[in-house]
Amino acid sequence: MLTKRIIPCLDVKKGQVVKGIKFRNHKIIGDPVELAKKYSDENADELVFYDIYSSVEDKSVSASWIENIAKNINIPFCVAGGITSREKASEILNSGADKISINTPALENPTLITNLAETFGSQCIVVGIDSFFNGTDYVVYAKTGSETTRYMTGMKTVDWLREAQDRGAGEVVLNCMNQDGVRKGYDIEQLNSIRDQCKVPLIASGGAGCISSFIDVFSKCSVDGALAASVFHNDTVKIEDLKQRLSENKIPVRI
Amino acid sequence: MRDEVIIVDYDCGNTGSVINMLKFLGKKSKLSSNPEDLYEARWIILPGVGKFDSAITSLINRGLSEALLSVASQKKTPIMGICLGMQVMCKSSEEGILDGLGLIEAEVKKFPMSFDATLKVPHMGWNSVRIKNQGSIFSGLKDPRFYFVHSFYVDCFQKGDIIGETEYGSRFVSAFQKDNIVGVQFHPEKSHSYGVEVFRNFLGLL
Repeated sequence: MLTKRIIPCLDVKKGQVVKGIKFRNHKIIGDPVELAKKYSDENADELVFYDIYSSVEDKSVSASWIENIAKNINIPFCVAGGITSREKASEILNSGADKISINTPALENPTLITNLAETFGSQCIVVGIDSFFNGTDYVVYAKTGSETTRYMTGMKTVDWLREAQDRGAGEVVLNCMNQDGVRKGYDIEQLNSIRDQCKVPLIASGGAGCISSFIDVFSKCSVDGALAASVFHNDTVKIEDLKQRLSENKIPVRI
Repeated sequence: MRDEVIIVDYDCGNTGSVINMLKFLGKKSKLSSNPEDLYEARWIILPGVGKFDSAITSLINRGLSEALLSVASQKKTPIMGICLGMQVMCKSSEEGILDGLGLIEAEVKKFPMSFDATLKVPHMGWNSVRIKNQGSIFSGLKDPRFYFVHSFYVDCFQKGDIIGETEYGSRFVSAFQKDNIVGVQFHPEKSHSYGVEVFRNFLGLL
């Protein structure tokens, strides 16, 4: 049986893993290679390595850095951040990454999804969506790595989700911005509202606060994986304990 | 013959992790797109991320398909195809119109969405492999889980070639082995300790 994936996310800014509250006030919390190795050893199912600065600065992540991560772990990992071309994507996959995730560049140039999916196959193309509930609708934001650059795209989340899939996205990470960094649990209502529209694997992101956040999201919504950062980085949730508890709650996990 | 593993470079991605795994096992490896290297190789790994037709085209254009067919039958060089690499070893694929290498009596099919409306494609994540032949690259493994990422799957014509099966909607061939020809749909280079064992067993084939 296909297991539910637990995915620590390493938000990286200028070579350091950081975490901010609601996308702001980024604090340095550690070295990316060290953290990647730690999670791999603890049986994390996958890692996301997200260079939040590169998208803001219009610079791409460095291949040598990815090579360092790949040398130290033997679980799948995904790289995101400023991937705006096929060449860059190829360089990243050749450096040892298994998937590439695109967010702002896809919003600015949707044909990028098509091009990447045609060249590398949908299975390694992840589209990240930063979604915000504005009181009426779920809407998509771009360039969310910094408060000064982020902007509302004017698109509804569900419309962008459909377009991204039609263009060949093989997986969607839905980052629910209202929840991000505040540790009150995943946005189950929003995840359920788009689950039926999402024909590819859906990963929940934003809001994990404790082990019960994960039990909740997997029991109340048919997501394929749950992504989190700070709860893992500050040891609030240990992956071994988390998987044990999920297993006790009849949620299939790799132990 | 050199005591090294040649990883076939045909612009189909995902070679870094295979190189790292071999390094971890203390085995010398070389990424190469030169057919001459294949004739000298002791083991060959055919990785792959991408599309069937572009992979085949790339193998043909570089003279690699001819070299692979030759060493597979003449020198009996152990060759392991991973993911798309496994699929190009087959005779054909529903993903493309070109002929595969035909190293194994098998064809590649798309997961039938109609079979189960909730079935999500690609099949992505950790799944178990039911071992059909213990004396294979699965030697010493019990109820292993591997990491999969794919939208198409292999169907073998000769049931005896099947060494591992996996459930996703229905049952599909997650590994085949016919003498020196090995194919795995999952990514052993990304499958933690189980993946390490698969590489160890493959490198034990001579």
